[in-house]
Amino acid sequence: VSLFPRAFFWLVSLLLASLIWFVSVHLSDREDAKLQYGLLIFGAAVSVLLQEAFRFAYFKLLKKADEGLATLSEDGRSPISLRQMAYVSGLAFGIISGVFSVINILADSIGPGIVGIHGDSPYYFITSAFLTMALVLLHTFWGVIFFDACEKRRYWCLGLVVASHLLTSGLTFLNPWYEASLGPIFIITLCTGLWAFVTAGGSFRNVLKCLSCKPEADSRVMMYSALQVPFED
Amino acid sequence: MITFMNNSDSEEEPCNERTSLMSAESPPVPSYQDGLQASEAGEAQAHRKRRTGSSRSPNNTADGEMSDAGVPVRESASENEEEELTLKYGAKHVIMLFVPVTLCMIVVVATIKSVRFYTEKNGQLIYTPFSEDTPSVGQRLLNSVLNTIIMISVIVVMTVFLVLLYKYRCYKFIHGWLILSSLMLLFLFTYIYLGEVLKTYNVAMDYPTLFLVIWNFGAVGMICIHWKGPLQLQQAYLIMISALMALVFIKYLPEWSAWVILGAISIYDLMAVLCPKGPLRMLVETAQERNEPIFPALIYSSAMMWTVGMAKPDTAARGSSQQTRDAAEDGREDHRSSSHADSQMSETRSPVPTRPITSLDELEEEERGVKLGLGDFIFYSVLVGKAAATASGDWNTTLACFVAILIGLCLTLLLLAVFKKALPALPISITFGLVFYFSTDNLVRPFMDTLASHQLYI
Repeated sequence: VSLFPRAFFWLVSLLLASLIWFVSVHLSDREDAKLQYGLLIFGAAVSVLLQEAFRFAYFKLLKKADEGLATLSEDGRSPISLRQMAYVSGLAFGIISGVFSVINILADSIGPGIVGIHGDSPYYFITSAFLTMALVLLHTFWGVIFFDACEKRRYWCLGLVVASHLLTSGLTFLNPWYEASLGPIFIITLCTGLWAFVTAGGSFRNVLKCLSCKPEADSRVMMYSALQVPFED
Repeated sequence: MITFMNNSDSEEEPCNERTSLMSAESPPVPSYQDGLQASEAGEAQAHRKRRTGSSRSPNNTADGEMSDAGVPVRESASENEEEELTLKYGAKHVIMLFVPVTLCMIVVVATIKSVRFYTEKNGQLIYTPFSEDTPSVGQRLLNSVLNTIIMISVIVVMTVFLVLLYKYRCYKFIHGWLILSSLMLLFLFTYIYLGEVLKTYNVAMDYPTLFLVIWNFGAVGMICIHWKGPLQLQQAYLIMISALMALVFIKYLPEWSAWVILGAISIYDLMAVLCPKGPLRMLVETAQERNEPIFPALIYSSAMMWTVGMAKPDTAARGSSQQTRDAAEDGREDHRSSSHADSQMSETRSPVPTRPITSLDELEEEERGVKLGLGDFIFYSVLVGKAAATASGDWNTTLACFVAILIGLCLTLLLLAVFKKALPALPISITFGLVFYFSTDNLVRPFMDTLASHQLYI
């Protein structure tokens, strides 16, 4: 349920960005295709920056709420971990951004039609699907890294996240030259994923432990018995 | 209305009742009680508080409520806990309300997108007599404003009528009204809906089967809503009724009138619930005064109150029989009232004589639920449905309105947890919904369309 406030923040950022784009389009010359394309690029860049700004704003909001909750609870710790919040935040951003990008395409794909009949690429749908998937994953990873960077005040990480978002968005401008856009985007996704994994505290050993599913009960049993013995006296 | 188990105004305007959020914790009404009954009132208050999701142990609240000589220390200590529990239960209630609202909207949007009938213009209701087929923009605007005024005044009149009926204890009349309206909804509108769906998918059904299906559906619905039934089934029926009502509104309200009506009704809701002389507020207070639950046919409740070992079975019986006041307005009123009524409904479902039940603390804390008026369901769905129907076939607008409405609901529930009294559920959500509808339709859609045509992603 906490996905919705985050999605709301993303929507507001999108709204502001489209407002800026709309105003700029109306103020400019409609006929000039080059200018329109340039304005589109400008609009996309503004939107990316606004999204990151709203992510930051949401982080601040969460920190405040977290502190409030921490003061309310008995032991002074907040009941929600920051990592979880970061993950959910990134996921929510990713879901809403992905859904907004792809739902109209999905709705159109049901109806009768031929893809690429006017000379566009016939792989439009499948590449859209892959791009959306990459974007959702990327948003999730960015969320984790972003929150962690804000928490530890590593601003170069922040800058790197914003730069990679801009880069990804920029790469999509190379569509339909799919080799140049899809490939690098997936490489970026993988790298960001690894980075987020490391940031969240994962490591190679953790993965191995998780995969081998070793029961941890033994050590605990020992501790209990160790505790009980002096009591018997 | 969102209520925490308060009986909200049920009869009157279905809209009114439906559209306010009430917290279970009604503020104490000391003016109606004097000395001897103060404790009872306090307990009732506590009980009501317990019914709310947000209050903590009734004992504490009862103490808090009644303490003249009170126990201020305990109060402050319990306040913290109360806040924490408020937040904890607040989150649970948010989820409990999100699901039905989402389901209702999904049903409405799915129907709008697939069944052509509900987007065709086949005339208007008598409550909106002015047509919008005029050539000039100004004339159209004027017509829609006039339509709104007529509709809102009808709603006000109905609400006041309902409050008067309730005040003068004409329970039989109210009962009959509610039953008539829910009858109409469950049978007639379901028949029309089923007919249209079958037509859309080109499925043939013979009359005997149709009769059997509709009869069973309607009869079980009547029993569930007005009498007893499993909670889930009752909730499902309420959702379906709200969806049917919303579909009727979407079909028969002309475009601009619909938007203006949505705006006007949220303003009206705000006033009716919060103003001291507002009809809804009076209804709530009267219900609290008499310690009666509000009609079950008008509210959606997310949880049922159990009264294990209640010492007053007769009150319980009386309560449950009263609760099913569907606002059975004739014709259109039926629609409205039913929707209103529905909101009221859930509350009464719980056989709850709200007597202090100190032994049931834990049980009550589990079972406390939030009540949301059915009118709220209906108008949320109308907004999202209209967005789906008229937004140039765009799903982004629908989604944006959906998120906006849910966020508004979230905020309203937060305010409910803070203020602990009946609150109107419509204003915040509808405002957000309207803002997002118009801005997404006009600003975001061209932006996203242009981006998508170049396959750009942001």
